[in-house]
This record gives sequence, C-alpha cells and structure tokens, in this order.
Amino acid sequence: MLLPLAALVWRSTDRGGHNFWFAISNPQSIAALKLTLIVSAIVVLLNAVFGTIVAWVLVRDDFRGKSIVNALIDLPFALPTIVAGLTLLALYGPKSPVGIDIAFSRYGIAGALLFVTLPFVVRTVQPVLYELDTDMEEAAASLGASPPLIFRRVILPVLIPAILSGVAMSFARAIGEIGSVILISGNLPFKTQVSSVYITGLIESANTPGAAAVSVLLLAISFVTLLGIGGIRRYVTRHDA
Amino acid sequence: MRSKLSLRLVALCYLAVVLVGPVVMVFYRAFESGVGDFWRAISDGQAAHALWLTVLIALIAVPLNTIFGVALSLAIVRRKFPGKGLVNAFVDLPLALSPVVVGLALLLLYGRQGWLGPWFLDHGVQVVYALPAMVLATIFVSLPFVVREVVPVLREIGDEQEQAASTLGANGWQTFRRITLPAIRWGVAYGVVLTAARSLGEFGAVNVVSGRIQGKTETATLYIDAAYLDFNQKGAYAVSVVLALISVVILVAMSIFKPKEETA
Amino acid sequence: MSITVRNVGKRFGSFVALDNINLEVETGSLTALLGPSGSGKSTLLRCIAGLETPDEGEILISGEDVTESAPQKRGVGFVFQHYAAFKHMTVAKNIAFGLEVRKRPQEEIDKRVEELLELVQLQGLAKRFPAQLSGGQRQRMGLARALAVDPEVLLLDEPFGALDARVRKELRAWLRRLHDGTHTTTVIVTHDQEEAMEVADQIVLMNKGRIEQIGGPRDLYEHPATEFVMTFVGEANRVGGNYVRPHDISLSLLPVDGSEEAMVERLVHLGFEVRVELVRHDGNALWVQMTRDEADQLELEPRQIVNVVARHSRTFG
Repeated sequence: MLLPLAALVWRSTDRGGHNFWFAISNPQSIAALKLTLIVSAIVVLLNAVFGTIVAWVLVRDDFRGKSIVNALIDLPFALPTIVAGLTLLALYGPKSPVGIDIAFSRYGIAGALLFVTLPFVVRTVQPVLYELDTDMEEAAASLGASPPLIFRRVILPVLIPAILSGVAMSFARAIGEIGSVILISGNLPFKTQVSSVYITGLIESANTPGAAAVSVLLLAISFVTLLGIGGIRRYVTRHDA
Repeated sequence: MRSKLSLRLVALCYLAVVLVGPVVMVFYRAFESGVGDFWRAISDGQAAHALWLTVLIALIAVPLNTIFGVALSLAIVRRKFPGKGLVNAFVDLPLALSPVVVGLALLLLYGRQGWLGPWFLDHGVQVVYALPAMVLATIFVSLPFVVREVVPVLREIGDEQEQAASTLGANGWQTFRRITLPAIRWGVAYGVVLTAARSLGEFGAVNVVSGRIQGKTETATLYIDAAYLDFNQKGAYAVSVVLALISVVILVAMSIFKPKEETA
Repeated sequence: MSITVRNVGKRFGSFVALDNINLEVETGSLTALLGPSGSGKSTLLRCIAGLETPDEGEILISGEDVTESAPQKRGVGFVFQHYAAFKHMTVAKNIAFGLEVRKRPQEEIDKRVEELLELVQLQGLAKRFPAQLSGGQRQRMGLARALAVDPEVLLLDEPFGALDARVRKELRAWLRRLHDGTHTTTVIVTHDQEEAMEVADQIVLMNKGRIEQIGGPRDLYEHPATEFVMTFVGEANRVGGNYVRPHDISLSLLPVDGSEEAMVERLVHLGFEVRVELVRHDGNALWVQMTRDEADQLELEPRQIVNVVARHSRTFG
C-alpha cells in the first residue's frame, strides 16, 4: 500500500520542483481544484443539515416503512458510483421526465456528490442520537427550555463531534469522487472539470508527471482530512476509559 | 407534533429527490422497451464479458481482503508491535483517497517505467493494463472495510474468552477457529458485504490501470461509461440495472448483518 | 500439585504489580489471595495460570518449572470474574470445550458433561445459552468448564465478585463443600476478607505488590503482623499509636482502673449487634461493638458520659 504511494510522490518530482509547481499551478489545474473544493464544501454543508435531520427522523420518529428507509440510506454505499451518476442523468439529465436538466453543470456535480456522500453524516449521527437518552431533553424541558432552545443548547453540542466526523468523511469522499461525476459533469475545462477527472485526462494523454503532481496535492488534502477525522475521534472518545 | 411531521416530510422528500427518484428512473429506462431488449443488451458479447470480469475481480479481491482484514484486525487489537499507531492510521487511507490517485500510484509502481513493472515484465507477467493491476486496485480501495467492521467487535468482546480457551488447553488456531471467529462472524460478514459492494462498483482506480481494452480489460462500470458516451444508452442502462439489482441484494445483506445497535 | 512461587516480580510500565513474591501452596489446600484492588493479587494468579509472564523469578507446579510454559500446557483450571462464557455455545458445549480440544471420544465427553452438570446443579439447562442464565448459574457453568479437564490446580479470580450478596454467600459455601469433596489444590482471589476467612485454609494478604502476611484466618485476625493486616482484616480503632478491636473495649458507667471518659454520640442497632459511636476528650472518634443485651443493661443514651477501657491493644513498630 505504501509502495505505490511512495512511487507516486517520487514520480511527481522527478522532473524537478519547478515542473511540479508548473503542473499544479497551471490555470486549468487550479480551476479544477477550486471547483472540486467549493462544490465539495457546499455538498458537505447540505449533508450536515439534511443528514442530521434524516438521522433524527430515523431515531426519534416512528412511521410505517421506517426500516426500509433506514436500509435505503446505505444504497449509495452499495450502488456502483457510475450507476449513481447514470441514475441522476436519467432523472435530471437532458431527457428528464420532471423537466430539470442539470447535466453538464455544476449543479449536476453537486447532485452526484450529494448522492454518494449521503450516508456518512446519517450513519455517524444516528448511533449518537440513539444512545442519547431523552432524559436530558426532558430535564431541559422541565427547566422551562423551549424545543428550539433544547435543540441548540442540549442536543446539538452532543451531536457536533459526530456531525463533524461525518462531514470530514463526506469531504474526503467528495474531493476524490470520480465515477458518479464523470458522466454528469460533461468534463468541460474551467467549468465543470473536477480534479479527479482532470487527473484521469492527464493520464490518458500520457502526462504522468503532471497527473502525479496533482495527485500528490489531492493526497495531501486527504491526509489532512484523515488527521482531522482522527482528531475528532479522539476528542469524541476522550470520556471513555 | 406538527414539527415532528414536517421534519419527517423534509427527510423523506430529501431522500426521494436525491436517492429514490433517480434509481427508479434507471429501471424505467432499462425496461422502457420491454424485457427482450433489456436481455439483448446485457447478453451482448461486450456487456456480458464486462459483467463477468467485474464478478471475477470481486471473487479474487473479496476473499483476499477478508483474510488479510481479519489478520490485520487481530494484530491491531490483540498484539503490540512497533509502528502499530501508524498502521492503524494508514488502514483508513483508501477511504479518504481518490481512487484515481490510487490508480495512478499503482500505474507508477507497476507500469513499464515503474519500480517493479520491469521486473514483472521480465518474468512474463503483464501487470498494468491487465487483470493483476485491476485486482490490486480493487484490493487497495476496498481494503479498510473488513478491518473497520472487525476491530470494534474484537475490542467489544475483549480477550477473556480467548484466555479462558487457552487455560482449557486450546492452542492458538483452535482458539481462533472455535472462539474468536464465531464471535466476530457477523462483523466479518458485514465487512465482506461492504468489500463486495465496493469491489463491484469500483470505477476510478480500475479506469486508470485497466487501459480500458474493450472485451478484455473492460469491467461493468467501465462498460457503462463507454456505452453511454457511445450513445448506446440502452446498454448503459441495462448493465446499470444488473449492478443495481446486485446492490439491492447487497443492501438486504447489509441490513441483516449490520451490528444491532446501529439499526435504530 | 503444589504451587511454588519464587522471587516473582512483574511491572506494567512504571507500576510495580508484584515485588519479590515468595509463596508455597500445598497440595490439596484452599488458599485465598486477599488484598485491596491494585495489590497485585490478580496479577499473581494470572502469572500462575500463564496468562501473564513474570519479569523475574519462577513458578513451579508440582515441582515442575512452568514459568515459560503457555497456559494450555499448565494443567490449570481458571475461573474468571466476568465468567468469560463462550457466548455462542450452549452450556453443555462450554463445559465440553476443554475435552473437545483434547479430542477425547464423544462418549466420554457426554458422560463427563453429564456428571459436571449434576455437580454444579445445572441439570436441565444444558441446551441453554449463557445469555439465558443468571449470573450465579453462569459462574457455576464457568466452574464446571474449568473442572471438566481435571485440572491439577483450580484458580479463581474474584469468582463471585459480580454477583449479589445472597448468591455470593450460597456459592461460597458451595465452593467450600466442593473442595472438601475433590481436594483439588485451589487458589481464590478476593478483596472480601469475610469471603477469604470463610472458605480458605490459608490466607495470603497482599498490599502494593507485596505479601503482608501468610497464615490461617485466625492467625491473621488474632496475630496481625503489620498495621495493614490489623486494619484490613477485621475492624480496628486507632487510639494514639495503638490499635484495638471494637469488641475488645469495655464500657462502664463507673470509672475503673485505667479507664478514660468518652461521650456517646450515636447508637446503631444492627439486630444482635449494637455499635456505640463515641467521642473522646481529644475529639477523636471511637466505636465499640457489643451485644444488644450488653447495651440494654447499660441503658446508654446519646450525649451520656461513659468510661472506656481497652482489653487488648496492639502497637506496630
């Protein structure tokens, strides 16, 4: 596992630091990276909000078919990402039956990333909510707190580490995602080209050093995200023996 | 009570728009012009080969990752060794890493100008643009799943049962087979299911290392991509549906094997 | 089937768990390792079982050096505080485990399991899983499992520690009867002095990784070697530099030779026993144990001034 990564880092600099810098600082590369980071950030924020709501509904609410909905959450983990991309194209593409066409646009990319990262926040928040006794909320209510205040002051602080950890995992996944994005994005340079697709293009045009350079950059971002997850995990378990 | 209902509505609408709607649509498109057309599309030589190759890779990668994953989990939880913290941190790396980066890294190591590529070529083994690299890429990206599921279970059950077995005269292998393995079996099963899902659906890394030779190194996911771009939408949707059906089976397996406390 | 522990030491990081331990456990005896938590008693037991390896010293079972042997080679039976039941096996399978890994014939295994189920009074529960048993039943299964392979020595690590008081008392008496029947050399770890005194022939009192005293239950109570033994085994009042047992103090209404005055603060009635809590002139507290009849005779009242005199007091250098 480490050997391939070492080869990657070594290759990215084998034509000197100048070329490395050139490869990652050319406008197309920067545009792709910027797009990747911005769309991922937006998607992750949406995930944080909706993921928490979905988790709350799945834990605290009760309705017919809840267990099926609960199982459906894992669908993006089970479904091949290229299929996910195609499914989104089928509903929200050029021949959309609902009249929404987001293919070859940044909204399309966002939609695809939303799909593939949907489970992360739900699945990190769910167990925490499940463990969270209603006592605390009842105690807060008996002390005169209104429901919004209870959510903000009692529930949210407990959930924050789990949400953050889900957000970090979603973010890592989003910046590296290719399968679901490759079809729906249309891969238009400067407009809808994300980094992973850009790297694939560089490899296909035999510009391996350039691809390696951008890959190392993504690798570095992944590392930082991973460290972030580790940090959150340590923080979360600090009360455990 | 009203806020509860509206929250439920928000959650379900969100899931419908992002998740369920698109999936239903693919099924609709695939069967739009009848089951016969669907069957012709997937039994087309290229599509059938792609599906077979995907299954073959999964059949090699999943058992290897299962054995390796269980062994690594035991090492992480039960043994002390130098660099354990590092190993622990690196296990999750494939989850945070773009599959494209993984593919490129393998290409650079095993490719013609890579560190190990020439050695393999001299011994008559073509690694990149062939099955070995595709299997390696799949193993790499699906490596963490078994470990991530088994490690917490091993921690949870503790080592008392294993100690008890050893005082009763069981040797290491007997203890593993009769005590440890039965105790972690659901965790392993869940990890295997996740590994299988990831292996079958892998696109980015395999895309890079396979060379995408039609009828040779084209997996099902690569076929979908190529078919769609070739305006063979029928083929793309049909193979997608096959993969989606496998996903449904996997999903059912996941909800069966999932650790109890997570299923609220 | 005796156990010999020679100069054994064990550290965990900078924490000294065992410090130069020497101990002789005779064949057929029942020895209790008694001490507060962190005294090293469990570590010593685990060293004997082979679940921990000592940093120094040696351990002999039946005269044979087993210091480096794996647990499965030592012929010990081990009973765990939290049962360590094999959760995925039935009671019968749990008990049969040791025999099965030894590849004994099935007939023999079935017969032995039958005997043991009867011995630990779990007949009829053979097909149950551990989760369907009460704590007391699980621990009896743990004992049967350990006894199934006819161990040379039986080692029990706080076996009744996780059970409620009544079940504990029952199992304690039952263990003693079991030992009287089988005479398997047995070592039991406990932090409960009453438990140690009730079941053991020999008590090894440990503190901070060292042995404070080895002796019979009466020895430890009546001839404590150190201040620690005096206060850990039985109750003790500290009067100046002396220690005195609460039942070795007499109370009288009139002064007697060598008596001093104290004020009754509170009377606690515990059925047959009455505890009288007193405050001395210098403000220090003291308590006296007497029977209900003795207390009634004195007609004690709170705030009353009485005369106290110690019958046996001890000083430790």
